[in-house]
Amino acid sequence: MKNLVTLIAGLMFGTGLILSGMANPAKVQNFLDLFGTWDPSLAFVMGGAIAVTMPGFWLVTRRAKPFFNDMFHLPTRTDFDKRLVSGAAIFGLGWGLGGFCPGPAVTAVPLAAQGTIVFVVTMLIGMVAAKYFVLWRDRRAWDLAGKTSKL
Amino acid sequence: METEFTPILSLLGGGLIGASAVLLMATHGRIAGISGIISRILPPRSAGQSLSQGLVFVIGLLLSAPIWVLVYGQSPVQTVSDNLPLLGAAGILVGFGSVLGNGCTSGHGVCGISRLSGRSIVATVTFMSSAFIAVLLLRHVIGA
Repeated sequence: MKNLVTLIAGLMFGTGLILSGMANPAKVQNFLDLFGTWDPSLAFVMGGAIAVTMPGFWLVTRRAKPFFNDMFHLPTRTDFDKRLVSGAAIFGLGWGLGGFCPGPAVTAVPLAAQGTIVFVVTMLIGMVAAKYFVLWRDRRAWDLAGKTSKL
Repeated sequence: METEFTPILSLLGGGLIGASAVLLMATHGRIAGISGIISRILPPRSAGQSLSQGLVFVIGLLLSAPIWVLVYGQSPVQTVSDNLPLLGAAGILVGFGSVLGNGCTSGHGVCGISRLSGRSIVATVTFMSSAFIAVLLLRHVIGA
C-alpha cells in the first residue's frame, strides 16, 4: 500500500512535469530569457503547484500525524547561511545553462536524448561530490570547535 | 528557439505536481523535494536511512514518460541541446548546488514557498536570479 501510494505520487509528479512543459529544457530556458524568446508558461506551473500545495499542506498537517509515519518531517531551520545561498546560486547557474533541474531531467531519461543522459550522469556525480564536501566541511568545523574548547 | 505559450496545460501540470506533493505530505509526512529524494539514494549514506520509498518515487518518475507515450501515442515535445560539454557542466552545477543549498525547484520553489519558509524564499529568489543571468550570458553575450 505504502509503495503503491509512493509510486502514484512519482507518476503524478512526472506526468505533471511533462504536461506543464517543464520536461522540455527549451521551454524552461525561454522562461528565463526575458530579452529573447520569452515564454511565461513556467510561472503558471509554479502558480498551479503552489495553489494546490499551500492549502493542501495546511489541511493535511492539521492531522496529528501522516498516514504511514509517526510524525511530519518538516524543515525547522530559519537561519540564512552561506551554504544555502551559494548552493542556490550554483544550482541556478546550472539550471539556466542546461534548462534542466533534477525532477524533469530524471523524468526525461526514458526519452533518451543524449544531452539528457549526460546531464543526469553528471548531476549524480555533482550530488555525490557535494555530499562528501558537506561531510568534510562539517567534520572540519567539528575538529576546529573541539580544539578551541580545549584551550 | 521559440516555444508555444501554454498557460492552461502548465497550470494543470503544476496542479498535478502540487497534488503529488500534498499526497506525499499526507501519507509520509515528507517534503516532495526531488534533489533530496535522489541524493539520499546516493552515497555517502548515514546508517539506518531507508532507501525504498525514494527509489519507488524515482521509479514513478521514470515510468511517467513511457506511460505518456503509451496513452498519447507520441513522445512529449522536447528540445534538448546537443552541446554535450555544456550539459555536462550544467549537470555538475545542478547536482552540487542542489545538495549544498538543500533543495531545488520542487523542494524550495514549490514546497518551501507553500510553507512560507524564509529559507526557501531566499533560495528561490537566488536560483531564479542566477538562472536568469546564466541564460542572459549564454544566449545574449556568448550567443550559444
